[in-house]
Amino acid sequence: MQTRDIHELEDFCKKIRRHIVEMITEAKSGHPGGSLSAVETLAVLYREVMRHDAKNPQWAERDRFILGKGHACPVLYAVMAECGYTPVDQLKTLRKMGSIYQGHPDRRFIPALEASTGSLGQGLSVAIGMGLAARMDGNPSRTFVMLGDGEIQEGQIWEAAMFAAFHKLDNIVAIVDYNKIQLDGFVKDIMDLEPLGDKWRSFGWHVVDFDGHDLQAVRNAFAEAAATKGKPTVLLANTIKGKGVSFMENNPKFHGMAPTKEECDKALKELA
Amino acid sequence: MAAKTKYELKMGSATREAFGKTLVQLGKENKDVVVCDADLSKSTMVHWFAQEFPERFFTCGIAEANMVAIGAGLASSGKIPFVASFSAFVMTKGFEQLRVTVAYPNVNVKVVGTHSGISIGEDGPSQMSIEDLSLATALPGFTVLSPADEVSMAAFVRLAAAHNGPVFLRAGRAKVPVVYGPDQQFAIGKGIELLDGSDVTLMAHGLMVAESIRAAEILEAEGISARVVDMPTIKPLDNEIVAKAARETGAIVVGEEHLVDGGLGVKVAQAVALSHPCIMEFVGVTTYAESGTPEGLLQKYGMTAANMAAAARRAVARKK
Repeated sequence: MQTRDIHELEDFCKKIRRHIVEMITEAKSGHPGGSLSAVETLAVLYREVMRHDAKNPQWAERDRFILGKGHACPVLYAVMAECGYTPVDQLKTLRKMGSIYQGHPDRRFIPALEASTGSLGQGLSVAIGMGLAARMDGNPSRTFVMLGDGEIQEGQIWEAAMFAAFHKLDNIVAIVDYNKIQLDGFVKDIMDLEPLGDKWRSFGWHVVDFDGHDLQAVRNAFAEAAATKGKPTVLLANTIKGKGVSFMENNPKFHGMAPTKEECDKALKELA
Repeated sequence: MAAKTKYELKMGSATREAFGKTLVQLGKENKDVVVCDADLSKSTMVHWFAQEFPERFFTCGIAEANMVAIGAGLASSGKIPFVASFSAFVMTKGFEQLRVTVAYPNVNVKVVGTHSGISIGEDGPSQMSIEDLSLATALPGFTVLSPADEVSMAAFVRLAAAHNGPVFLRAGRAKVPVVYGPDQQFAIGKGIELLDGSDVTLMAHGLMVAESIRAAEILEAEGISARVVDMPTIKPLDNEIVAKAARETGAIVVGEEHLVDGGLGVKVAQAVALSHPCIMEFVGVTTYAESGTPEGLLQKYGMTAANMAAAARRAVARKK
């Protein structure tokens, strides 16, 4: 793991947030809330944790990332672009016909994506398949998958959770972007997940519960996952939906609604 | 070339058994072949592979959706996963995963559905897969295979593994007659003329191929010359052999152990409409069946040589 100046990482996160707001404003549709909540985890993952090479995206021993909550793709696109995978200057083509930045992650347009997602609940299973293949081959590759909190209401997540613990897959890491809001409202009102840590623990996972916007806490969580052997680890990243933009924070309206031009300007001022 | 001699149809093994045995051979030849199972290994007959290669066999418990998506992950990392279960379960409980995680990104997963059709017998309709071909052919990029006997199944297991892209391979529970000799060549996308004929073509897949051969013999005694074509590939369809049959015999009867609302019949009708419109009749399942012996069910629900012959007579009569 590289050690970076935490202020540089903070600046990186701000830049990613500006991309997210601008991309979605330009697209006039998309999911800002769940993109903004996942910025710190993805920033630390791509800048410090994963072994990857944008110039060699098919490197067999690379670590892999799957965005289970595919609707949050603006954050992934922005991070991958800033890491050199795809053009930064095309980010504002998000959701436009012919753009590589499709409405949900699509491998046909960006081959460096590890999976096409958008139907919730499938990413953890795909990560497991990759983890099994790596273990068979003695490949040091690790696979990370980010799940939405609403997403883990899907039954397949718990089929996969059972499988990963039973097969002692310690080369996969699940990250729950626990921002407490889903499309129709607050998770606790739609289908409460609590006690969430206990649920994962009872399924045989190592659980790390932390502040998903505290960069040092995020670093520590990934380090704890790397050190955990013999069982899979889930990182419960407690986050704020819409983080970084005052009027989007904790506001269910911005799960799946684009800001207006005026709201965008206001947001960019806050993120300057 | 179509065979001139009469068929001696001797009873062989079930296609699921040929699948299970060939999989072991394939495992010996290719270390990338892996198998995912949902607690039916003794029925799908992947248990032989599990015994031989435990490190390449993944039991998923009774969780088909998870199993299909795990297969996608294995394939994305270079493995050739055979994901096997009863067709009724893997195609329905795993369908959304097959759509978004396998078909849409074109991932190299081999889905094997055993216990297809109503000839599974006593277990009844909840276990009988009569919609699987409708579902599989609905997925863009999928190759859909339904071999007729143990010889063709052995060949198609290998062809499926060698093919780069998603495949659905359909297998049956019941023992079926051996249609092919050991030297027969097979290819994905190619139908095979088993008997030549000029009045009508009997086109089938799975166990209806042997029934079609028997039907041709019944019809021959009545002075009706029936061509018999095995269509082990439902998708991509062999459009040439269909157009040739339409052009040369003027009538096609499609027989399949599947709902007539989907499957081979509608694919052939579409091909005929685009090439050489001709008289068509359809023999297959029209509703959910019941418990019974395989033979009794095929008789009651109309999937025997006699049903194929009756449909052929109707088709020939409609030509006039």
